[in-house]
Amino acid sequence: MITRLLQDTLLATASSYPDHTALVVGDVRMSYLEVTHYACRLAHTLHTRGVRRGDRVAIFMDNTWQCAASIYGVLLAGGVFVAINAQTKRDKLAFILHDSDTRVLLSEPHLARVFGTVAEQMPSLQVLCTHEAKGLPAGVENLDEVLADMPTTPPLQSAITLDLAALIYTSGTTGDPKGVMHTHQSLLFVLDSINEYLGFTQDDRLFSALPLNFGYGLFQWFSAVRAGATLILERSFTYPAQVFKCMNDEAVTSFACVPTVFALMLAHDAKQSLHFPSVRILTNAAAALPVEFISGIHRLFPQASLYKMHGQTECIRCAYLNPALADLKPESVGRAIPGTELLLLDENRRAVAQGEVGTLYVRGPHLMRGYWKQPEKTAEVLVPSSLSGEFMLKSGDLFKQDVDGDLYFVARSDEIIKSRGEKVSPAEVENVIYRLPAVQEVVVAGIPDPLLGQAVCAFVVVREGETLSIQQVKHICSERLENYMVPKHVLLLPELPRTANGKLSRKLIMEQCSALLAELK
Amino acid sequence: MKNTIRQYILSNLLFTDDESALQDSESFLDGGIIDSTGVMEIILFIEDTFGIKVNDDEMLPVNLDSVDNLVAFITRKQLIAA
Repeated sequence: MITRLLQDTLLATASSYPDHTALVVGDVRMSYLEVTHYACRLAHTLHTRGVRRGDRVAIFMDNTWQCAASIYGVLLAGGVFVAINAQTKRDKLAFILHDSDTRVLLSEPHLARVFGTVAEQMPSLQVLCTHEAKGLPAGVENLDEVLADMPTTPPLQSAITLDLAALIYTSGTTGDPKGVMHTHQSLLFVLDSINEYLGFTQDDRLFSALPLNFGYGLFQWFSAVRAGATLILERSFTYPAQVFKCMNDEAVTSFACVPTVFALMLAHDAKQSLHFPSVRILTNAAAALPVEFISGIHRLFPQASLYKMHGQTECIRCAYLNPALADLKPESVGRAIPGTELLLLDENRRAVAQGEVGTLYVRGPHLMRGYWKQPEKTAEVLVPSSLSGEFMLKSGDLFKQDVDGDLYFVARSDEIIKSRGEKVSPAEVENVIYRLPAVQEVVVAGIPDPLLGQAVCAFVVVREGETLSIQQVKHICSERLENYMVPKHVLLLPELPRTANGKLSRKLIMEQCSALLAELK
Repeated sequence: MKNTIRQYILSNLLFTDDESALQDSESFLDGGIIDSTGVMEIILFIEDTFGIKVNDDEMLPVNLDSVDNLVAFITRKQLIAA
């Protein structure tokens, strides 16, 4: 079977290993045949609700089996899936649904508190909700009932590999999130490249508690399906004891991790020792892995090869370090993933000398098609390469390279904060805090944090004659932003320092507040 | 005890004094109230406030994921200790 579309990977695996376990979520175990049947039923359902090739279908769910299977259901319907983090609050959900011009929303009853009012204000949006539940908003259909009558065979496919498969929303420097457009081709290419260097087989049991709405989490599921392996999916790392027990009970062979979770595990291990002897593939992405973690990680995962990786939503993954070098080059993220090329260029897009800092540019078939409905922002990052008609991706990251060509992260060239491996746009947080009338001025910045990598910190100036509490600032953020974006620290200041030109400068603020910031730790 | 816990959750995780923002049986996870760092804060709070020790293998939703679950868990721990 030729795999031209992402869903072909599911159909191929289901045809080769129909009874093999595809997915374990809590008490639910599903074979590849069962996942395929569910996805096909959903595809037919979406057709009856008017979804046609290229239409967007949003999946606003936790890490449930329905979420995983629905991704393929949307694709089988010829649609473009928009997976939205279950922590998303009303305003942002409304923004994403409007921006993506979503036709159908798939969700879960416990999220009705968020999507309920949004759906009421979007009469053209159809909402299908898993499980029966009392008190669902009017007009919301029970998905389980609708699915029961649908056929389990795949509908006819008309999409081609250059069609969009996914819009993945990511924080942007200007505040509103941007929809990263990926085609079947770009996602299939990066999937095969990832599976090539990680070497998954159908015997692997991948474990993930990362949300399915962002690249790293999503690709745990895609990788498992492509390899015919099993994905063990947890909702989150919130209750670590549950996660650790599940990892050992299920004898997982691959574990996708981020530095914040490694930090949590090492802290646990110091009190009560942890041991995961079944893991053979251990990956780190989303943020740089602190060097001092590595020896502890080897102790917890004695049989595992450690893959340090680097990527961004615009190309999913771009670099990985050969695990044989993990101890020799603990600060490196290695080199380009198979079939792609990485370049370090200066401001004039000329190659920098070896050892010099340059901006990372990415070449390969894994690049996004652009930002949804944002040609100017797309043109800023997808820039012409030396080959006519080809574009390369200008990343926001500064790197340098050693004599072997292995890459070392230096800094981001924009002001995006990385907290627990999640991207936080300072402007997005500032915009929310500015909604408080008592706020005269606010600047949000990342400050170093041992657990989070960077902690979100808000520097707030209160209007004269007004009062404002730290709690009010955190409250409005927690109402409107995902938890990881809520400032851990809020400093109320009489004024913010400015440059000679009268501009606000994060650097200056950090310098002037260094004494205050030191007290926070 | 229940009120102390409620006040803590309201003021430190929901950042509000609006009592109606939190139902005693509401799952913190389903409600989007906590995540992995939030649960650590709750554990430190109940250890300090109620003089109990939460073992790593007790960090489970059945013990920690709602006001009601917390009350039942802390009560049981205090009884065992006494």
